Amino acid sequence: MAHAHKLEIFRGLLKFKSNTQKIWGVLVFLTIVTGIEVALGISKPTVLTHNHVLGMKVLNWIFIILTLVKAYYIAWDFMHLRDEKSSLRRAIVWTPVFLVAYLVFILLVEGNYIHNVIQDGFMTWDFN
Amino acid sequence: MDSTVTTGVEENVWGGGNRPLGASYGKLMMWFFILSDALTFSGFLAAYGFSRFKFIETWPIADEVFTHVPFFHGNYPMYYVAFMTFVLIMSSVTMVLAVDAGHKMKKNSVIWYMFLTIIGGAIFVGSQAWEWATFISGDYGAVETKGGRILQFVNADTGERAALADFAMTLPDERVVHENKNGIWFYDEGYQPSYSVNEVLEGFKANSNILVRTEVITEEGVKQVLSRQESLAKLQNATQVVEGANLIHNEYGSRLFADFFFFITGFHGFHVFSGVMFNLIIFFNVALGTYEKRGHYEMVEKVGLYWHFVDLVWVFVFTFFYLV
Repeated sequence: MAHAHKLEIFRGLLKFKSNTQKIWGVLVFLTIVTGIEVALGISKPTVLTHNHVLGMKVLNWIFIILTLVKAYYIAWDFMHLRDEKSSLRRAIVWTPVFLVAYLVFILLVEGNYIHNVIQDGFMTWDFN
Repeated sequence: MDSTVTTGVEENVWGGGNRPLGASYGKLMMWFFILSDALTFSGFLAAYGFSRFKFIETWPIADEVFTHVPFFHGNYPMYYVAFMTFVLIMSSVTMVLAVDAGHKMKKNSVIWYMFLTIIGGAIFVGSQAWEWATFISGDYGAVETKGGRILQFVNADTGERAALADFAMTLPDERVVHENKNGIWFYDEGYQPSYSVNEVLEGFKANSNILVRTEVITEEGVKQVLSRQESLAKLQNATQVVEGANLIHNEYGSRLFADFFFFITGFHGFHVFSGVMFNLIIFFNVALGTYEKRGHYEMVEKVGLYWHFVDLVWVFVFTFFYLV
């Protein structure tokens, strides 16, 4: 376990001299990502809110991707999954990834369907 | 590093003697718990997504709901939540540093870093309590219609939100307060909004620069503002004044938004609170030298895993509640 730390992030692009340094490096990275998220959340550039990819605003895709990036670094470096055996890492990561993707897919499709029913299926559902 | 309880050499796989996947018993169990908890949170967030998709064009815009920063007046969307996120990430960092110091058997550094982690967690829980209090007490006030829709008010000149207090009239009160001494069976009347529907309506008629804002989100991604005529027509259906939010009424819009807000951030806040408690216990154990005697600091690592998980969940809650 953790006596042998892997000290590189970004696939070896950035190498740190000690585990402590790596931790601070990851903090800087996470802070920058959060900063970008907040800046985008406040400014909401129209280019990103009016263009859609796969039915979702580009801005929301950016938020979700940045969140997954943050989650990766928290799990890999703070929860030191990077230093665990790959079998343990896979068991931990892929189990929820598949289950959550499945659940989210089902619920969002269903939610969208109910939205359409409310929209088109009734004379009205909003009695003022 | 050996597991906490060692009872001689036992190489039987099912006896816990060896370490499956190279992790000790305690750490594996913590991972089991974290995984199941992650699925619970995912269930909540997916349910939030479901309800939001159902009411996609009337859902409240988070930027307009969470606009306050303690000790400052004005409109600061997001800043405080960003600060809370940073505090939690920062306390995660001090936690990793504590684990790292534990590996090097530096007792005093572990104590110090655990202490900082606990402080960070306490700041976060406090901030969340403040956020709840602000959300519950409300901002501008609104009226609710017969059909349960929320009507808010804007100033036509500036385009900014108008608070009920800005325009509502104070009419002579015709309500008779039922007093304890007159009742055979007495109920306290409980909370009353600052203005009656009638006072809001009369005030609206008297101020020609006030318009009604509905829950509907337009093509431009902003809430729809009605004309003066439409506003007056809509207001005929108003049945009650809503100030703030609870599980039944929500001045910010869809009541489901408030329900999910209380439920998800509440559940997360409870996790943070528990985490602070676990950290406190471990902190005292470290200070008393328990792990020094045991020869390793694996307990710090285990509560550390839990603490990072709480941070991880917050990253998702932040995105799906405040950003998306």
